[in-house]
Amino acid sequence: MNYAFRFNVVWDHFPELMNGALLTIELSATAMAMGLGLAVLCAYGKSAGPRPVRWLLAGYVELIRNTPFLVQIFIFYFSLPMIGIRLTANSAALAAMTINLGAYASEILRAGIEAVPRGQVEAARALGLRRLQIFRSIIIFPALKAVYPALTSQFILVMLSSSVVSTISAVELTAVTNSLQSTTFRSFEFYFVAMGLYFAMSLGFRASLSVIYWAAFERSR
Amino acid sequence: MGRSFGIPEFLYLLKAIPWTLLLSLGAFLGGALVGLFIAILRIVPSRPVRWLAVGYIELFQGTPVLMQLFVVYYGIAVLYNLHVDAWSAVLIAFSLYSGAFLVEIWRGSIQAIPRPQWEAAACLSLSFPKQLWHVILPQAARISIPPTVGFAVQLIKSTSIASIIGFVELTRAGQLMTNATFQPMIIYPIVAGLYFVLCWPLSLAAQTLERRIDANLGIKKHL
Repeated sequence: MNYAFRFNVVWDHFPELMNGALLTIELSATAMAMGLGLAVLCAYGKSAGPRPVRWLLAGYVELIRNTPFLVQIFIFYFSLPMIGIRLTANSAALAAMTINLGAYASEILRAGIEAVPRGQVEAARALGLRRLQIFRSIIIFPALKAVYPALTSQFILVMLSSSVVSTISAVELTAVTNSLQSTTFRSFEFYFVAMGLYFAMSLGFRASLSVIYWAAFERSR
Repeated sequence: MGRSFGIPEFLYLLKAIPWTLLLSLGAFLGGALVGLFIAILRIVPSRPVRWLAVGYIELFQGTPVLMQLFVVYYGIAVLYNLHVDAWSAVLIAFSLYSGAFLVEIWRGSIQAIPRPQWEAAACLSLSFPKQLWHVILPQAARISIPPTVGFAVQLIKSTSIASIIGFVELTRAGQLMTNATFQPMIIYPIVAGLYFVLCWPLSLAAQTLERRIDANLGIKKHL
């Protein structure tokens, strides 16, 4: 091994890397919020919707969970323009991430919802709570709390899989790293540092998500 | 006008499926070896070695597989001044990646075995290896099957990422055909459909097995 490491090249371009990381964080955080919202909607549709809606939702979940994220991105970015839906790279990435996460998160939520004891729902109904009220405070809130660890893992996975959106020229961390290494020829150094940044981001997201857990579920006690 | 999407183009996509499957299978077997090795590192008495194993798992679960692929593909090339072909690079990278996940799945399965099973085996004066081999592992193996199959689905989908460094599997074949025919609206949904055909039966099998095992163990599911 006679390779001279030149990490100073990486430090010279560090601001650019940070810009890429910022877009990664932005995309991931937005996709997490929107994906969770989508998952809750799906969960509501599945528990209260008519049968065709339930089938449609089940089809959506199975379709997304059994196809690669990369192909989903290609469909959003390359296929949709053919039927007149033109998205910028960033919004295609965001849409793909949201819809992908929505499917996984709704499947995770389903497990939490199934764990809510029937008696609680019946008690709430006996107390005269409306359907939406029951769904919000008796079903979704405890279900979210119960499956929070699994959701956290899924959130992190979405952040990590966002590296794949570099293929549609969304300039997040991976795309920035790719272009920098190709102009400087210090590929190992750049990928090594980028990997470190991703690792730091997944630790950061994990920490922020546990703060959110605390704020949402523990503080009120 | 250029080519349009027809039977030969569809056959071209079909011919790429074995590469996706081969890569998935290779990465799974490689990952099983890596996972076994890491599992051993995790239970040796030396603490630094155990930390090393945990660090490995955290690193490979906490970074994108695409980055791991780049580091292997470009990293080995510059560090050892050695040209790695795409096939070896993706096989190495995906083995390292799946090892980190498989070891955690299997550890979880062993930990899911109730403590009294160990105690009962110890009462029968079985040695530790015998407790593990005759009592714990047969039960843990059954628990581990559904999540392992589930991970296989994840792995098949992840191998699409190999297309990014030019390895021609199903996704790359789809890209090539799109470049030739300019019909992404037809091709990518077909590619997605083909992945679905590969993955869905496995997903269903994992679900069914999980339900059956839960029923057998009499475990009431509560998360």
